[in-house]
Amino acid sequence: MHSVMQQPFKTAVLILVWGWLLFLVLAPNLLVVGASVMTRDPVSFLSLPLNLDAYRQLFDPLYLEVFLHSLYMAAMTTLVCLLIGYPFAWALSKVGKQRQLILIFLLIVPFWTNSLVRTYALKLILATNGLLNSALMSIGLIDEPLQLLYTEGAVIIGLVYLLLPFMILPLYSVFEDLKQELLLASHDLGAGRLSTFIHVIVPLTLPGVLAGVMLVLLPAMGLFFVPDILGGSRNLLVGNVIKNQFLDARNWPFGAAASIVLTVTMAFLMFAHRLSKRRIGEEGA
Amino acid sequence: MGMDSDLFCEKLVRRFGSNAAVDHVSLDVPAGTFFSILGPSGCGKTTLLRLLAGFDKPDEGDIHIRGQRMNDVPPNRRPVNMVFQHLALFPTMTVGDNIGYGLKRRKMPLAERRKRIARVLEQVGLPDLEYRDPQELSGGQRQRVALARCLVLEPTLLLLDEPLGALDLKLREQMKVELKHLQKQFGTTFVYITHDQSEAMVMSDQVAVMRDGRFDQVAPPEELYREPVTPFVAGFVGDNNRLSGELVSVRDNLAEIRLDDGVLVQGRVASDNLRAGHRAELYIRPESLVLSGDALSSGFSSMQAKVRTTLFDGANSRVEAENCGQPVYARLPQDGSAPRLSADSSIRLAWNPALARVFGADSP
Repeated sequence: MHSVMQQPFKTAVLILVWGWLLFLVLAPNLLVVGASVMTRDPVSFLSLPLNLDAYRQLFDPLYLEVFLHSLYMAAMTTLVCLLIGYPFAWALSKVGKQRQLILIFLLIVPFWTNSLVRTYALKLILATNGLLNSALMSIGLIDEPLQLLYTEGAVIIGLVYLLLPFMILPLYSVFEDLKQELLLASHDLGAGRLSTFIHVIVPLTLPGVLAGVMLVLLPAMGLFFVPDILGGSRNLLVGNVIKNQFLDARNWPFGAAASIVLTVTMAFLMFAHRLSKRRIGEEGA
Repeated sequence: MGMDSDLFCEKLVRRFGSNAAVDHVSLDVPAGTFFSILGPSGCGKTTLLRLLAGFDKPDEGDIHIRGQRMNDVPPNRRPVNMVFQHLALFPTMTVGDNIGYGLKRRKMPLAERRKRIARVLEQVGLPDLEYRDPQELSGGQRQRVALARCLVLEPTLLLLDEPLGALDLKLREQMKVELKHLQKQFGTTFVYITHDQSEAMVMSDQVAVMRDGRFDQVAPPEELYREPVTPFVAGFVGDNNRLSGELVSVRDNLAEIRLDDGVLVQGRVASDNLRAGHRAELYIRPESLVLSGDALSSGFSSMQAKVRTTLFDGANSRVEAENCGQPVYARLPQDGSAPRLSADSSIRLAWNPALARVFGADSP
């Protein structure tokens, strides 16, 4: 009786999930792979013959430079997120349960506003006559407005602003699991605070650090609207390159090839993360 | 304070708000002793242990370790190490690195460290496990790694916070014996806290029974068992029957009380608050109760009881009977001497008054 009732439901769910994966994940990605090995065509976007020209074009020094600069900005973003997020998550795990809920809620609230809108709001703050410059000038810290907008720094600030919660949440979860007894044991065995931090706390929270880095580094290379709004023409991300190929340059094969390289990079990093998690994260008692 | 005291505490007090978790506790532990602090949860034994380890500071009183005052010495500078309740082995390190952790903090060179790690692993019976992860070990092996991690530092005092609690019964029995042997072998002074009276009894040279932040009694296990000084110790250490009644007289260190069914029985005086006409309680152990037929040794006390059921458990078999609505347990010897008992039959239970202890009902 029970299983008869459950069977159709189970089947329906399975069909839904597999259908979703097939039509909305696998098929589009195959199309992208297909596009990446075709030839650019001004009229129909894509045409035969098949070739690897698009991938060859990726090694063009111009694009290589964009890729490296993008990687650099993403890395800086990740570093800043880590420097802010690590102590934040630690403190978060230390406060009372009630306050913890409120703080996590506040952390998540911004997600309810479209990130594009939030990036425009950031533009208002960083602009030459924006809030930040006005504030700094009114307290007499600076005489002339600083050029904040359209700099590398502005892009990194924007990325940090959007991605910080993705760093904090996995870190918070490892700090929550951090057993107080282990810290006491370290202290008891003769370690001071710094020693305990380096030899016990860091290794135990490393899985959270890696998860946070994954969740920040990868999106930080793709969030094209942040440089579009805050960065000016010189601070492009890989995401901008891809977007431009599809919408402006109309070079679909190249855009597809770039996005595949990005996807493969991400997949590789996730795989490495899984491996490291199996080594570090799997602790019994 | 004795010159050979490894641990000496005087009137230690630790308050949380208005409640004193540790309330004027004094103790003196001679070197090389296995000292247990036994008490129910919430009696303050964990707080006391934290004071000794240095994780917490006393509000009053002094802690001396080998004559040195320790009150203001942080845990990482005390010659004291602790085996934690959940062992607290570092999951990110191998067994060897766990054991070498304290040595490394002392900046001991690698070669010397390796030598000592290997030696202590040998001593606790775990050779060749140096490069394994603690997660791969069995519960008993992890237990020994946690011990080795402390013992390799040659502390003056080893504190143990109910480390056997997580083990299954059989392994726990085994580890009790092993811990006692290891303590003798290393000669380190152990301070062991537990709520399990059997652990404390089997392993210890001295046991302190703790209740509400104070020590009721500090004595070797046998003395604790035979001569409990408070009703709490009598009831907490080992099984005991409690019979209440009214005190009739005290003569020659023997108290006579009238049970609620009118029977007069005797036991040794155990407290000095016994007054004729007041309520009193007699404690008698199940193994001291004899199932008597008609023949009664002279001087024995006895009472009638109604059999409820028999509880067969090999050498620990007992009969559960009832006297004046109170359950009474008596040992059933399994050597063929015990009669067959059926439920609701009436039996007579007798005892030597020298084995019973009588406390005033208003004893602390």
